[in-house]
Amino acid sequence: MQDCWLVVPLFNEGSVVGEVVREARRTFPWVVCVDDGSSDDSAEVAERAGAIVIRHPVNLGQGAALQTGLDYAVGDPDAKYFVTFDSDGQHRVEDAADMVEVLRSGETDIVFGSRFLDARTTPSFLKRVVLKTAVAYTNATTGMSLTDAHNGLRAFNRTAATLLDIRQNRMAHASEIVEQVGRSDLRWREHPVHILYSDYSLSKGQSLWNSVNILGELFLK
Amino acid sequence: MIVVFQVLLIALVLGAGATLLRGTAGARHQAIRRLLLLAFVAAAVVSIIFPQLLSSVAALFGIGRGTDLVLYGLVVAFLGVLATTARRFREQETRLTKLARRLAIDEVPSPRALRDREGEGDVAAGGHV
Repeated sequence: MQDCWLVVPLFNEGSVVGEVVREARRTFPWVVCVDDGSSDDSAEVAERAGAIVIRHPVNLGQGAALQTGLDYAVGDPDAKYFVTFDSDGQHRVEDAADMVEVLRSGETDIVFGSRFLDARTTPSFLKRVVLKTAVAYTNATTGMSLTDAHNGLRAFNRTAATLLDIRQNRMAHASEIVEQVGRSDLRWREHPVHILYSDYSLSKGQSLWNSVNILGELFLK
Repeated sequence: MIVVFQVLLIALVLGAGATLLRGTAGARHQAIRRLLLLAFVAAAVVSIIFPQLLSSVAALFGIGRGTDLVLYGLVVAFLGVLATTARRFREQETRLTKLARRLAIDEVPSPRALRDREGEGDVAAGGHV
């Protein structure tokens, strides 16, 4: 995986990011964490675990962190594939590796991870309802037909990564990515992934209130 | 309140809303805004000198009092200011982001430098020097 970069937005995950980065680096040697103004020791922990850490001077949001990481990684002439990966341990490295293999086949430009393609992930009922609503809204407004609109695990080839221009700094970036893909000629496909819900990650997960904010941010573009 | 004025008012409110969604930057729009401000100042001065004028204009549109006319005008102006302010705020956020991003990326070794370093048998990928 010498031609891949993992892009990991990071905000106050000092207690788990070390393990996440170490585990990821067993498969992906090149990992860039974008520390979005954490108040804890996330950046140092990630660095010690072997990641390259870019530090935002002020907190900008996960969307901004992703774009920063992508800008950086795309600047590597030897890099062909880019995977957005969460820092809280919810994503599996195997899934990321599988998605890169799909890209290597050359049949697609983007792979979106989806937790609803098979029955392997089981979010709570309420979370499922909110996610499905988000999917319906995203599909209706972007002309795409995804099964999972807010999955942080995505893989891009260079064509897709250079085309992407995330302007939504905060949580609306997920929908913005889908929208940009929908408007472009990029080939995309979904791939089943397993999201590991732990007590830790659930407590930090996106609150349902954010769904309202996401819609608000998108509407008031 | 007669239909003509209602239609006019709705059109103005929708216009303010549309401004929120599209940009009104650029020299032409700025000039229009300045002319509108000038016109407003002129109208305000005139209505102070001729206080009955406001009531007459209001009656023309079928509104009760001159004060009501001013009130409606104020609402429309307020919506316009809201739209402009929101847009400016968003633009500033974008500029701030670009600035912060450039600063952050400049502080770390470039990916090429990292690979060169690794090629020389130095520290493996990652880590601040």
